[in-house]
This record gives sequence, C-alpha cells and structure tokens, in this order.
Amino acid sequence: MMGDRPNPPRAMSSAATTSPSVDKVDGFSRKSVRKAKQKRSQSSSQFRSQDKPIELTPLPLLKDVPAQEQPELFLKKLQQCCTVFDFMDTLSDLKMKEYKRSTLNELVDYVTVSRGYLTEQAYPEVVKMVSHNIFRTLPPSDSNEFDPEEDEPTLEASWPHLQLVYEFFIRFLESQEFQPSIAKKYIDQKFVLQLLELFDSEDPRERDYLKTVLHRIYGKFLGLRAFIRKQINNIFLRFVYETEHFNGVAELLEILGSIINGFALPLKAEHKQFLVKVLIPLHTVRSLSLFHAQLAYCIVQFLEKDPTLTEPVIRGLLKFWPKTCSQKEVMYLGELEEILDVIEPTQFVKIQEPLFKQISRCVSSPHFQVAERALYYWNNEYIMSLIEENSSVILPIMFSSLYRISKEHWNPAIVALVYNVLKAFMEMNSTLFDELTASYKSDRQREKKKEKEREELWKKLEDLELKRGLRSDGIIPT
Amino acid sequence: EEKRAGPASTLYCADGDDSLYPIAVLIDELRNEDVQLRLNSIKKLSTIALALGVERTRTELLPFLTDTIYDEDEVLLALAEQLGNFTMLVGGPEYVHCLLPPLESLATVEETVVRDKAVESLRKISQEHSPVDLEVHFEPLVKRLASGDWFTSRTSACGLFSVCYPRVSSTVKAEIRQHFRTLCSDDTPMVRRAAASKLGEFAKVLELDYVKSDIISLFTALASDEQDSVRLLAVEACVSIATLLPQEDLETLVMPTLRQAAEDKSWRVRYMVADKFSELQKAVGPEITKNDLVPAFQNLLKDCEAEVRAAAANKVKGKRLNIMLPFIRLIQYTNQHVKSALASVIMGLSTILGKDNTIEHLLPLFLAQLKDECPEVRLNIISNLDCVNEVIGIRQLSQSLLPAIVELAEDAKWRVRLAIIEYMPLLAGQLGVEFFDEKLNTLCMAWLIDHVYAIREAATCNLMKLVEKFGAEWAQNTIVPKVLGMANDPNYLHRMTTLFCINALSEACGQEITTKQMLPVVLKMSNDQVANVRFNVAKSLQKIGPVLDNNALQTEVKPVLEKLASDQDMDVKYFAQEAISVLPLA
Repeated sequence: MMGDRPNPPRAMSSAATTSPSVDKVDGFSRKSVRKAKQKRSQSSSQFRSQDKPIELTPLPLLKDVPAQEQPELFLKKLQQCCTVFDFMDTLSDLKMKEYKRSTLNELVDYVTVSRGYLTEQAYPEVVKMVSHNIFRTLPPSDSNEFDPEEDEPTLEASWPHLQLVYEFFIRFLESQEFQPSIAKKYIDQKFVLQLLELFDSEDPRERDYLKTVLHRIYGKFLGLRAFIRKQINNIFLRFVYETEHFNGVAELLEILGSIINGFALPLKAEHKQFLVKVLIPLHTVRSLSLFHAQLAYCIVQFLEKDPTLTEPVIRGLLKFWPKTCSQKEVMYLGELEEILDVIEPTQFVKIQEPLFKQISRCVSSPHFQVAERALYYWNNEYIMSLIEENSSVILPIMFSSLYRISKEHWNPAIVALVYNVLKAFMEMNSTLFDELTASYKSDRQREKKKEKEREELWKKLEDLELKRGLRSDGIIPT
Repeated sequence: EEKRAGPASTLYCADGDDSLYPIAVLIDELRNEDVQLRLNSIKKLSTIALALGVERTRTELLPFLTDTIYDEDEVLLALAEQLGNFTMLVGGPEYVHCLLPPLESLATVEETVVRDKAVESLRKISQEHSPVDLEVHFEPLVKRLASGDWFTSRTSACGLFSVCYPRVSSTVKAEIRQHFRTLCSDDTPMVRRAAASKLGEFAKVLELDYVKSDIISLFTALASDEQDSVRLLAVEACVSIATLLPQEDLETLVMPTLRQAAEDKSWRVRYMVADKFSELQKAVGPEITKNDLVPAFQNLLKDCEAEVRAAAANKVKGKRLNIMLPFIRLIQYTNQHVKSALASVIMGLSTILGKDNTIEHLLPLFLAQLKDECPEVRLNIISNLDCVNEVIGIRQLSQSLLPAIVELAEDAKWRVRLAIIEYMPLLAGQLGVEFFDEKLNTLCMAWLIDHVYAIREAATCNLMKLVEKFGAEWAQNTIVPKVLGMANDPNYLHRMTTLFCINALSEACGQEITTKQMLPVVLKMSNDQVANVRFNVAKSLQKIGPVLDNNALQTEVKPVLEKLASDQDMDVKYFAQEAISVLPLA
C-alpha cells in the first residue's frame, strides 16, 4: 500500500544525506497521493418489502403484430415497465431485469420512428410509467461534506433501466405527434415538483438527462413556466439560506441561462427580484466553485438584457465579497471581469468608486493569486479604456495600494505586474500621478494620526463606560 | 459618506458635556467605511445610549439605527442582538415599543442568522410589553410580518405568535390563530417549514379545545405535505402535541399520523421518527408504545437506509436488556445491514452485558464490523474500543484491529484519516509499545508527509502524545532521527514539518535531546531558501527556548535570531524580532 505513494517513507531516511534542492519542488502537489477509490453506487431509497421474485409475462414485439394492434400492445408494455427492480441486489430477477431492459429499448425505438401510436389513452400511461421509474426519494448522501475535487459521486445502481426511461421520455416529448394540450393533464405541477427534486441526484448522468427533460417541458408547457421558475426559486433559497446542499444547482442554472435569454423586455419585476434576491445571494454559498460558471453566465445574460441592472448587481457582489476565502475571491474577480466586458460606460461611472475600492483591496491581497487576478484587469483593453476615461477618479483610489505593493509585496511576479500598472497610470495622467506620488508620505502620516486618534477614543470610551457604570449602577444614567 | 449622513448628524450638537464628545465620534464611526469599525461601534451601542440618555436614544439614536438597516449582515447581527437588551436604555417597559421598528426591519432581512437573532430579541422584549402595549404595538407588527410580501418576514412571524398569544384578548387570539393557519398552508415551503417548526411551541400556549380543533388539523396537513422537509418537522411537533392531549384522544388524533410518518416514503421522515423515538415513547405512554411504537421501531431497525437504522440503533442503549438481547441475536442472523448501523452503540453495550455475554454475543459482531466496507462503521468500533477494553481486554481484538487500522490510515477521505490519528495514542496505550513499534510506527511517520495540512498537524500532535506515553528514551530511538531526517527533504512543507514536530516534542523529550539533537538542525535550517521555513525557524527557536540552557541560548540561538532579524523577508524579520523580545537573551 505504501508503494502507491510518490513519497514512500524510505525516501525520508535516505534524503538525510542529500542536500536540499529547494526551488523545484511544488509543496502543494497532490497528484494521485491516494489510491483511486472504487466507484460506489446507490439505489433509490424506496420503502419496499418485496421479497418475492418478480414475474412478467413476455409480450410479442411491437413490430411483429398488425398495425391496428400496436397501440394496445404499446400500452401493455408501458404497464409492464412500471415494475421497478432492486439493483442493489445484483443477483435477483436477472432474467426479468433483462426483459425490462429490452422492452424499454424497444419502446425508445418505437416512439422515435412510429407514426400514429400516440393515442389519447397513451398519455396517462406514459406519464405513469415514467413516474413509477424516476420518482423516488433520493438516498442519503454518502458523505455530508462531499468534496468534488476529492470525492467520486455516488452513481445510481438502477441506471441500466433509468437511462432508457429518460431516453424514452425525451423522445416522447420531442415526438412530432406529441400534443402538449393533452399531455398537460398529466404533466402537471405535481409532476414538475417531483422532477425538480430529482435534480438533487448525486449521479451526474441523471442530472444531465433531467436538464434536457425540464428544458423540453419548459419549452412546451407555457402554463407551467411561471410555476417552474417559482419552484427553482424555492430550491435556490433553501440551498442558500437553509441547507447549502443541492447537487443540481449547476444544471438548473444552465436551464435558467437559456430561459433568461428569452425574457421579453422590459423585464418583469419578478425577474429582477430573482436576480437580486436569489442569484446574487447564491454567490455566498460555500460550494460556489461547483456552479460559478453557470451563475456568472446567468448574471451576464441579465445585464445584456437590461444594463440598468449593473449597479445593483455589482453592489450585491461587493456586499457579499469573500472575506476569508481567496479561492472564491478569484472567482468573484473573474465574474466581475465578465461583467465589465459588457458594461456600458454610463453604468461604469455609477459604480466605479466602490468597485475600485474593492479592486484596490484585492490588488494588495497577500494571496498572490488574488492580487494577480485583479491585476490582470489591466490587460483587458476595454477595461483599460474605461479606466483611462475615468482616471481622475480611479487613480487616487488605487494609488496608495499600488505604491505600497511595489515596495513590499513578497511575490516578485506581483511586484512586476504592479510596476506595469503604475506605468500605465503614469502615461494616462502624469500630472495627477506626480501629485499623488508627492503627497503619498503626508497622506500616510495623516492616516496614521487618525488611527491613533481612534485608539485614544476607544480608550477614553472605556474610561467613560466605567465612570458612567459606577454612577448609575450599571443601567440608568442620572 | 454623504449617503450615510442621517439624523445622526444632529447628535453632534451635544450639550456641552465633554464626555459626550467621543459619543458623537462613535456615531460617526457607525458610518465608517471599514466594516470592522462599524462593528466595534455597534457592539458599544449600549454605551452610546447610556451617554445619550433615554430620551435622545428614543428620538435620535433609534431612528438613525432604523436607517442603517442596509448594512452588512455581520453588523446587523450585532445590532439585532443589542436591541434585545435595550429596554432600560430607552426608558424601561413603558417605552419598550420604541425598539420595535428597527427590529421589525431586521426580522425581514435575507440572512437567516440576522433574522433569527431579531426574532429572538423580539421574543425577549415581548415579555416586557404591558398587555395593552402588546395589543397596540406588538401584535400589529406580528400581523404585518405575517402578511409580508417576501418569505423572510412571514418566516419570522412564525416565531412570534406563541409569545403574544397568552396575553391578548380573545378577539386578538382568534386573529393570531387565523394567521398561523394561513402560514401553515403558505405557498412557499420555507414558510411552511418555519410554521411547522413552531407548531409544537404554539400548541403549548393554546387552549386545549383549540389544540384539538386547530392544531390537530394543521398537524395532519403538515405531516402530509408534499415536501419531506416539512413533514419531518411535523414529527418533531408530534412530541409536544401528544404531551398536551389526554390519553384517550391520542389514538384518534395523533396515532394515525404518527404511524404514517413511521412508514413515510422519505427516509428523512422515518429518520426523524427513529431519532425522536425516546421522546415519542414518553409522550404517548406505555400502552401505545407497546402496541404501536415497538413494532414500528423494529421496522426502523431494519430500514433500508443506514441513516435510519443508525438513528434507531442509537436508541437501543437505553432499552432494557431483556428486550435488546433478542434483537442483537436477530441482527446477527437476519439483516447484515443492521449490524453495521449498530456500530456506534454496540461497544457501549459491552459494559452492560458483562464479560461472558460480550464474548459470546458481541465479539463476533466487533470482528465482523472491523471488516465492514463502510469506513464510518470501522471507525465507530475503533473509537469505542476503550469500553471493550475495560470488559474483556483489547488483546482479544488486536489481530483483527491491525488491518482495519491500516485501511483507515490510508483512506481517501482525509477526515477519516484524521479520525484514526486521534485514536492512535489510545490504541498505542492499549496495545503496548512492542506492538506499536512493530505495526503502527510506520503509519505514524507516514502521516507526517500527508498532502493535507490538517493530517500533518494531527500527526505532529500524535507524536507528542506518544512520547508522553512511551518516554524520552523511546522517542530518541524511534522517532527523533526520522523527524530530523526530514529537514533535508526537497519539499519545503516536509522541512517545515520537522520544525513543527520539534515544537511539539522538545518539552516531552527534555533538555538533553533538545539541545544536542534538535537545536543544531533548527539552526542549520535558518539558511533555508524558502522564507516560510526561515520564519518557522524563528518561531521554533522561540518555542524551544525555555527548554534550552542559558549557554545554548546566548552562544547559539542569539546570533542566528539576530541574523534572521535582518532578513530581507518581512515575515522572517517579524518573527525573529518577536523571538528576541520574548526569550531571555540580553
């Protein structure tokens, strides 16, 4: 077992004689340190007590019966496929599992190529079969602290059947004969609610299918759209404010990305509320990295629709700016750059002061990845042009941080980047730059003095509190 | 800055009292750009109020605070907490309602901790309202929250009904009941969850007739909600409700719902039933327990989800032995999964069962569970070894233990590795030094180069505990050479581990080993190319200084620290200077 590691213990004692070669070793390398974990699978959590083996009577193939008998046989096959098997028990019902699998395959082909099969009676049976198979309480998560970088997702054991059911359902929804006006009796709010709950599945393959299914339903059932949006709202709010756990956030955001794209202008108040009260708070979640790309995409979609939303969005991000997590800070900076890429100059002016106060803090972060990410803004031509137009406002905000880092940041690469930025500023507005350089020292002294005054103030206050407390026995001043 | 200028600017015009000057500045700090400073001022809010006097607190400070509600959540949280203790500062119970406006806004904030704190403060000051004020000021606030647009205010309202209900007129009581009913069927699941979680508390303050009419129908509805997160909260409420009802009503009013919950299709609901089992049992009394709950409990022990089984199994410990022994046997022969669920309590049973029963009934289970595929199960057994040790001695288990320990020591999840490290001193003590040297020592050293810092840190601490157990001589022979060898490792994180180990071990190893073996290595590392290593050298020297004699301090440590104090890296300088100022070097 030890042999699997890149640093076997033997190396420790033998290393004692070799001299350290320092700079070439990346101490943070974590490649394949642990043996690969075998993939685990899980079954749906169903409360069942079926001990008897399952028997299904084999039916003839659809293509082997006359056309007029096919609809009837189709219904029978759908009914048979409502039977659900236990896949955690790999030895039970092998024959019947195989039979159902081939029947499902046949059904997939049938809805893809056949014409005239979709009778009105078929709709409830299709929905029933799909519901019986896919709707289930998801089992408890294997680990409460699922780390996507280290842990493998748990896979759904019944996937051989489940995949075909999803496949069948998507073909059904996409079929030319499919009529939403009939289907809406069965694909209703309750159905959608259960479908949305499945997005918490740990199996990425399932979530991928669900994404397509929900997207189709959203496209075809106009009456369900508002409901779907509201329920996604609820899922997100619960995720942000209650549990911090939901596996399908990225997938739901991906669907929303295309939904937002189709919003009519002017945007409804409901949509703006969704942006400000749901999408922005999603940035606060610990597992942001799992869905940040999709989230940023949604945000930018909104801003491209309605640029006047820029200010509330940026203020929202600034409010939730990460205070301790540098990894998240880098993500925020990336998203801000995406926003700045599409910002209108009139909007930029409204937000530039608080924005660059934050950027100035990032630039002077002791974490070099944060500083570096912020400094990369100066490589972006569009951002540079905005900074140049407003250099009289931005330069004073940025100057002291930049100047200080150029003197004392520990990382030489950052110092080099800062020199470039300072140079750029100097070229932009040399008069202001010279003024700021000249007043740097006195400004710092003024700051220090203020700091000292504050300290004295607090001291005085403590004395006062003591005095007052004595005078009034703690509560009521005389 | 300008945006924050509100009514507070008037507070500057203090009445010539010198002592008020800092208060004015403090209020200015409430508007400072730096969150930390705003936070500091908010935490001193009572001082500000005290200085202002009750009247100006009411007329100036509170309106100003109501205005700052848009601030960062951290500041709002501090504010919500402070306001709960403000009654005397606004002039006593007569004026306590002045605190309602800012708390009402805080109760609608998005962030849950802020809202919860605001509700907590509101509940607290509700007690200080006179019955009249409660109806004139407090209850209207509850109503406004209960009919707010956004879900946050409605969830907050749920926590306020029960505190005003007992002290208002019957007309207002009827209104409150109506509002609670409405929220129980709210459109938003967040609100239904909040209502469900307060159902038991609300039931307690209601008249018995209304418990039977109102609460039971709400309970039944929430227990069959479409969302399992709501249903499971109803199970919690069930305990309170059952306690309130006379025995003869339980069967018809509560049991159908409870039985349904024990067989809910969602494991989360069943889990809640298992978890609340002891409380439920007490609430429904012995008769129903025997007829209804015990069979349900047996099913939960055999549930298809490990979580549910574990929750049920956790309740096993308290049960009477003659009931449980058959269970244990049953488990052994029927359901393999249940065995693993019992892991966390099964070890505790050995003290109850005694030596013979433990060897006969439990030992085979322990051995089987040490091979369980789920690391948590194995860990549960190992972490409770001390109970068994007292009864039968650990030797019985040692051969089976080793493979389990080795597996866990290399588990892919670092938290599992961390857990086993924490049991290492205990295991070492029980298994003895020979067994340890032969089988476990390598593992302990391997953890020192784990890629997760928390593991390396725990491994360091583990070494210290081992030295405390086995003594300095053992340390000198077995671990010190290996630890010092790592000082030459090409990976600077490993070199730093050497320093961390020295920090931890020097005291337990004593002056001789520290001075002769450890100190030279530390001093040599002061030339390391990586600044992180160098400043850790400074920290280490500060740490081991007290163990060294004065001669070593003056002749060896001092020059090196002085050199580091003029290092080009500012962190190295800082820590070197700190060490110089702390150690007696002069």
